[in-house]
Amino acid sequence: MAEKTYAGVAVSVDDEGYMTDPSQWTKEIATEIAKEEGIDITDKHFAVLDFIREKVASGAVLTIRSIGKSGTTDIKGFYQLFPGAPLKKATKIAGVAKPSSCI
Amino acid sequence: MSDEQKLPLKKVLLICAKGSIEDVYASLVMANGAVMEGIETKVFFTFFGLDAITKKRMNNLHTSTVGNPAMRMPGGVPFPTWLGGVPGIESAVSAMMRKQMEELDIPPVDEFLEMIEAGGGEIYACKLAIDMFKMKKEDLYDGVKDIITIGQFYEMADGSQTQIIFT
Repeated sequence: MAEKTYAGVAVSVDDEGYMTDPSQWTKEIATEIAKEEGIDITDKHFAVLDFIREKVASGAVLTIRSIGKSGTTDIKGFYQLFPGAPLKKATKIAGVAKPSSCI
Repeated sequence: MSDEQKLPLKKVLLICAKGSIEDVYASLVMANGAVMEGIETKVFFTFFGLDAITKKRMNNLHTSTVGNPAMRMPGGVPFPTWLGGVPGIESAVSAMMRKQMEELDIPPVDEFLEMIEAGGGEIYACKLAIDMFKMKKEDLYDGVKDIITIGQFYEMADGSQTQIIFT
């Protein structure tokens, strides 16, 4: 288990940089991870991140489709907010495990 | 080997030539999966695969209940071939399959195509098959970008780290 320092706080992460303890997450940490991923975080991003954190905490499988139906953004918007690999990036910034979903 | 240079996929071109639920969804899952990874994605529908982008048929695809040795009844009992031929069975089995996919948050075909497009993926129809089935552009799902020849499709495979996948 590795550790990484974000916003002056040491957080535990896995080999790929995903936080392993979601309770350590703060908005400041998210802002710094986002910067690493090349994203300037906004309230729109945080709305999606909040949805992801709630969904994952409830134990449900996280899919792009569910984010599109979350009311926080549509799928096109999700790709624009987190360009490239949106689900991977968004979960990393949200401080939750790497998603194991194919959709 | 650690010093080996890794060259991740940059572009995927998929060809879907069959119209059963399993063949179409194999293509759609691979296409959407590629889009999700940030890989440039294009899908070419041809022959019976055109059903997946035909407005009237796309959300009512069937699976074959005859000649499929992997077909099972609920509970895992082998599915008798004679039963598969009984009128209505194929429809019922197909409807059940679509329902089970919906439970896993796998979307219907039209919504799946929209998801792929929302991520920048492109959908094409095969000109030869369109002519053969005497179809028109209006018969096709609105998201189809163009009707093209296989040669035009190959031209899109114009870079390194590009793969063409046939399902």
